[in-house]
Amino acid sequence: MPVFEYAPAPESRAVVDIAPSYGLFIDGEFTEAGDGKVFKTLSPSSEEVLSEVAQAGAEDVDRAVRAARKAFGTWSALPGAERAKYLFRIARIIQERSRELAVLESLDNGKPIRESRDADLPLVAAHFFYYAGWADKLAYAGYGPDPRPLGVAGQIIPWNFPLLMLAWKIAPALATGNTVVLKPAETTPLSALFFADICRQAGLPNGVVNIVTGDGSTGAELVAHPGIDKVAFTGSTEVGKAIARTVAGTKKKVTLELGGKAANIVFDDAPIDQAVEGIVGGIFFNQGHVCCAGSRLLVQESVQDELLDALKRRMSTLRVGDPLDKNTDIGAINSAEQLARIRALADAGEAEGAERWAPECELPSSGYWFAPTLFTGVTQAHRIAREEIFGPVLSVLTFRTPEEAVAKANNTPYGLSAGIWTEKGSRILWMANKLRAGVVWSNTFNKFDPASPFGGYKESGYGREGGRHGLEAYLAGAAEPTSEHRGHLPPEAGGKGEGERDR
Amino acid sequence: MPTTVPAYGEEAAERLASMADVTAGDSALRRFLHGLPGVDAVGLQARAATLGTRSIKTTAKAYAIDLAISMIDLTTLEGADTPGKVRSLCAKGINPDPTDRTAPRVAAICVYGDMVATAKEALKDSGIHVAAVATAFPSGRAALSVKLADTREAVAAGADEIDMVIDRGAFLSGRYLEVFEEIRQVKAACVREDGSGTAAHLKVIFETGELQTYDNVRRASWLAMLAGADFIKTSTGKVAVNATPPVTLVLLEAVRDFRAAVGVRVGVKPAGGIRTSKDAIKYLVMVNETLGEEWLSPEWFRFGASSLLNDLLMQRQKLSTGRYSGPDYVTVD
Repeated sequence: MPVFEYAPAPESRAVVDIAPSYGLFIDGEFTEAGDGKVFKTLSPSSEEVLSEVAQAGAEDVDRAVRAARKAFGTWSALPGAERAKYLFRIARIIQERSRELAVLESLDNGKPIRESRDADLPLVAAHFFYYAGWADKLAYAGYGPDPRPLGVAGQIIPWNFPLLMLAWKIAPALATGNTVVLKPAETTPLSALFFADICRQAGLPNGVVNIVTGDGSTGAELVAHPGIDKVAFTGSTEVGKAIARTVAGTKKKVTLELGGKAANIVFDDAPIDQAVEGIVGGIFFNQGHVCCAGSRLLVQESVQDELLDALKRRMSTLRVGDPLDKNTDIGAINSAEQLARIRALADAGEAEGAERWAPECELPSSGYWFAPTLFTGVTQAHRIAREEIFGPVLSVLTFRTPEEAVAKANNTPYGLSAGIWTEKGSRILWMANKLRAGVVWSNTFNKFDPASPFGGYKESGYGREGGRHGLEAYLAGAAEPTSEHRGHLPPEAGGKGEGERDR
Repeated sequence: MPTTVPAYGEEAAERLASMADVTAGDSALRRFLHGLPGVDAVGLQARAATLGTRSIKTTAKAYAIDLAISMIDLTTLEGADTPGKVRSLCAKGINPDPTDRTAPRVAAICVYGDMVATAKEALKDSGIHVAAVATAFPSGRAALSVKLADTREAVAAGADEIDMVIDRGAFLSGRYLEVFEEIRQVKAACVREDGSGTAAHLKVIFETGELQTYDNVRRASWLAMLAGADFIKTSTGKVAVNATPPVTLVLLEAVRDFRAAVGVRVGVKPAGGIRTSKDAIKYLVMVNETLGEEWLSPEWFRFGASSLLNDLLMQRQKLSTGRYSGPDYVTVD
């Protein structure tokens, strides 16, 4: 037994009151599904059933879209400053209830409380605060003097950051005057339903936000519904492609934020201790369930041994276990299905000849768990270098020169994010120009801020969320600003967003 | 051959000598120190802050509090110090909690050189060390001969440990070899002249608040360890910015890397500004997760502090009685 054994430090579950069942949130009311269907949501760390949730069918989705349509007229006609008041109120309520929501998120998703408390919830509140600030300044956003909302947005979010992805979707939509129907992921519906309660607490007019829970079929109904004007989706590239096919030839606008296989590139002059932290945070944050995770480590051959020693030493200190323990670094894998996928890909890595390493760590007996894992000797030809694993599995590749690093980093169908670690500023700028990724971090990784646009190249999707750019996805006729208007804008606001060049 | 040795003795001397090529001249030393990996300030501070969120409760907290008490260099470094003041501090070091004799003793009493004999006499055979600040503490602005005489007198008076300050002026103007040589000579002056062949342990203070950058702190750490420091220490407690978690983390990482590279093991002492149990526990977490449990002993980690002890004692009383006592239930010395 270690000398300094941290005693269990569990966050109290008593701060959150989960009802035995939840309905759909439509037109300001919780209602059952038309056909009465329900499904269970589990805690992935214990497999305990947390609650029963309504499974929305076609008829329910239709009701929700109609409610949103009905609310759209009044909501979009409100002065921006009035809409801002609701968003500020929602942001403040989220802050006030952040402990409750953090515990809920950790229970339903399996992520460690340290992350839901210190990353997810502060970012959720920040996102609402940020877009609340835009609501009465849309005329100055660079999208014309009087930008108009699109109408009803159908939004589908993933299970990795349930409440944060909800914030990314709902905050800009409401700020710009749209109303929404949002479908949370099947395995993590609870925080969206708590958010519905927050909307009521904030006095948000009925129908502005509607939450329909369900599986993929509910999402498909929503996407195909003729009454929506906009589809915003975050999730797998496979589903994203299906959505793009469904809406092709319709008037619906689409933004897709899909998968990734980001390269975290470490040069021999990198600040090595911080690079190790960045690699660990890049791939093991949120159990690696992060679309922009740094799942490929590209390390310069001249520092490979030193870096891998340091990385292994650091990985040995990661604490895997109860998500509600405040000292847990890595929580549970979100579902049995995801665990099976991670296992299959990790096994493929071994079968294809890469060398597998994981620190000794005892995994709980119930729930879904996967130890933080490292593969060395990986090449571009391995499946674990090409396919998104969406789990705590890092593939290590090497490079010799900056040119080779860029070539390998870009050699993927994805293009969501990348990281560069070097003390040389000119190289950072050179690399950032060459890397085809929506976000490039230098000497850091997985840093998020509501003011910073986020989105992908290639099969990682299109459209931007966050920042001024994130408004565009919810505004009609978002064209070049008029010449009359341009005089008031900073120079960069006149052009298209950074990530648009390569589309 | 043991994989690591402390920074004194023949084996250590041999291992340090294996690095002689990097300390052979000013330019070699500069190249080496400037070739160390850089420190990214944002990343470093984020790591230190994350470690600061560890939640240490119940049994772990009780262990950490007792460990922290046993690691304190209980310090008085005032112009107004008198034999009476030093004697009462020594008494407190021996029996920190008058209401609970199970409270552990502190590691050392840290005083100016002229108070060493007084402290030594007051501590008798308690096992508590006497540490003396030397080398024109805290500014380090004096001739080398004065600094060496300062050190020798403290050692002759019975000091078990010498806390020297480096010449920050020389360091900041890039005269690294001068700083290196000075540390080496002070280390030589720590040898007791009683023919025992033993030496006082040398702690080297960087005054990190004056070195300013983390890169400088890492370079100073390697410089001092190459010169034979037994301990590296952040601060004097006499400037505006003293020990901080990120600065201490740089020291811990340097010690970790130095052991891996040279096979010599060095202790770490953050000093100044650590006043609460909560802070002290954060430092212990940082040691635990950077250097590991081998360093969780007063032999390898110290706190330079004065008011910290009372807060630890109050927290200790709270754990054992379930109630908060208050400042009147611990001693003011």
